[in-house]
Amino acid sequence: MPSFVINEKCDGCKALDRTACQYICPNDLMVLDKDKNKAYNRAVDMCWECYSCVKICPTQAIEIRGYADFMPLGGVVQPLRSTDSIMWAVRFRNKMVKRFKFPIRTTPEGTIEPDAGFSTGTDDLKSPVLRTEPDSL
Amino acid sequence: MNVDSFETVVVETDLLILGGGMAACGAAFEAAHWAKKYNQRVTLVDKASMERSGAVAMGLSAINLYLGVSKGNNSVDDYVNYVRNDLMGIARKDLVANIARHVDSSVHLFEKWGLPIWKDESGNYVNEGRWQIMIHGESYKNIVSEAAKNALKELGGNGSYFERIFIVEPVMFQDRCVGAVGFSVRENKFYVFKAKAVLDSMGGAVHVFRPRSVGEGLGRSWYPPFNSGASAYFTLKAGAEMTCQEVRFVPVRFKDAYGPVGAWFLLFKSKATNARGEDYMETRAAELEKWAPYGTSKPTPANLRNYLMLLELEEGNGPIYMRTDEAIKKLVAEIPDEKEARRKMKELESEAWEDFLDMTVSQALNWASHNIMPDESPSEISACEPYFISSHSGASGAWVSGPGDLAPVEHHWGYDNMTTAPGLFAAGDASGASSHKFSSGSFTEGRIAGKAAIAFCADHPDAVAIDDDQINALKEKVLQPLIIFEEHKGYTNDEDVNPHYIKPRMFMFRLQKIMDEYAGGASVGFKTSEALLTKGLEYLQFMKEDAERLAAGNLNELMRCWENVHRMWQAESHMRTVLFREETRWPGYYFRTDYPAMKEDWEAFANCRWDPGTGEWKMIKREIL
Repeated sequence: MPSFVINEKCDGCKALDRTACQYICPNDLMVLDKDKNKAYNRAVDMCWECYSCVKICPTQAIEIRGYADFMPLGGVVQPLRSTDSIMWAVRFRNKMVKRFKFPIRTTPEGTIEPDAGFSTGTDDLKSPVLRTEPDSL
Repeated sequence: MNVDSFETVVVETDLLILGGGMAACGAAFEAAHWAKKYNQRVTLVDKASMERSGAVAMGLSAINLYLGVSKGNNSVDDYVNYVRNDLMGIARKDLVANIARHVDSSVHLFEKWGLPIWKDESGNYVNEGRWQIMIHGESYKNIVSEAAKNALKELGGNGSYFERIFIVEPVMFQDRCVGAVGFSVRENKFYVFKAKAVLDSMGGAVHVFRPRSVGEGLGRSWYPPFNSGASAYFTLKAGAEMTCQEVRFVPVRFKDAYGPVGAWFLLFKSKATNARGEDYMETRAAELEKWAPYGTSKPTPANLRNYLMLLELEEGNGPIYMRTDEAIKKLVAEIPDEKEARRKMKELESEAWEDFLDMTVSQALNWASHNIMPDESPSEISACEPYFISSHSGASGAWVSGPGDLAPVEHHWGYDNMTTAPGLFAAGDASGASSHKFSSGSFTEGRIAGKAAIAFCADHPDAVAIDDDQINALKEKVLQPLIIFEEHKGYTNDEDVNPHYIKPRMFMFRLQKIMDEYAGGASVGFKTSEALLTKGLEYLQFMKEDAERLAAGNLNELMRCWENVHRMWQAESHMRTVLFREETRWPGYYFRTDYPAMKEDWEAFANCRWDPGTGEWKMIKREIL
């Protein structure tokens, strides 16, 4: 497909001020069909299968069906991403399922302080010393 | 679409950062600090959403450039030697060293910002290879972009970022770059950014060559399809000198889905073999001597490892396999205790799958859909199509100034990472001859360029008056595909088939066909020659003329039109430079059948410049210093 939208689950992000998948797609592929109020991928062969839309969708309405020109049917890889970890369910064509959970972030979202507590050793704009150096080295 | 309805939005700033990937985020983080002290404005423009834009959009499973200098693990010189050897002698030592001496600082910042880095029992980073460290990197880009945005926020009204604006062209004042123009891909707005300095960090180029998969799998390029040559186009059109435009990268990855092989080779110590189980790195070791001194140094350069594999395929010894099953069995067999071995097996399995899930989910899907268990059966690997990515093992990009304290005088013209066009800086995939930067090095190079660009702004406080005629002409040019479509769309009953214009999709396929068949693409085993390149360039001239007839029915298509024009310029500079370098130096990336060996007098940089005044190309050979 590669990313596809499940009709029943997509609500066009009516509760949000913008469609999440349209906001995130790095290749500007996801668009909202205003008549149906459903999102869709407008150029499936330009899709990198990066899963950004799958991960961000608030109703879990987006999945990936592997590129049909080289992947047999039946495999499914589906993530569930929280603020500090991601869970993956990998379903094989033969129905075997493997589950994995990995950390993704050690700090709460939105709290990053750019200097991260490091100080910068110079005010000289022409010096090779960069912001937070030499402390951060 | 009515072009008259397009509002022109003018944004005035001091430093304009183009792109939103790792290099651009590094530039924003660094520039914001110095801009605050020196009262400058910083504006970043991204064609997508910074949270998931650029090559790290999906995430990464490793940081491939970390020296660990403070722990005494490596020295900057070690790294410079490694990079130069991998690129068969063609690298700017000053640029590589400049990135290497700062990169640890960037990685330490990533960790503090929240990126989970694997640690061993003693709290040290877990190395995948000598320069590579393992991360839980699914949210790598989210984290780095948050830091960049927060850094811009510290500037108050003097810091801003724009998303979903596609940058097309540079704005010039004589030979100096003073801004950029583009358009919103969401609303009918033409954007003019006026600046004192411009930093080009818009990524590399994909879909210049025809991908191996041409159905849905067209999008499954190893490097992302949204890296469309904007960087090279921008510096070329500004009249900046380019370097290493011939040095494409052909990665060898798991076949079709292009999952990473680094962890398998380096962390799990897996071997790749031909169909008979022969390790071609051993059976073909003698071939490496032909490419000495680089071929006989360790580690073997990436392009030569590719080349030995390509020789196997040429002789019909495929498929080529990554022996994942043997590697895992060997690792588990090293543990005598049965219970402990089972635990190790579980751990290895999780690590192997995370490697894919963090950065190439399709590969996990490919294994699942083929019922592949890595501990039970080997997996096919193959060479992808060529890409332009100087942050990895390619080297194409702008010829930039090195740092005053490291660069020889010939490589230093005042500001770090400034191109030969005053006021125009380049970093990441946009700057050349400084390969193996990867994510951390691109971010770091963005920092270096960002600081230098603020210094340029401080030294050039007077705003340059930009002629309205230039802006109006650029607006007309940028929106031209919409006008052409509007004018002719009624002529036929299929808007994609019309003798008056060409749509961007077929334009891209035409470019890919030329590049694949004449410039040494995947389908011809990466082989080319003077005769083929000359013919290819002839066909490309027709394309350049037809580019004036590109048509777009909406904003998305308008972006696709310009992406493909950008790719076409990347393609032309590539073909011209491959033609110029009369030798074969990276046989696993491309092979000149008319000059099949490496030549001593080509131990040099092959540079080029397009002259905006005359429209002529000039080829320049520069010494390695």
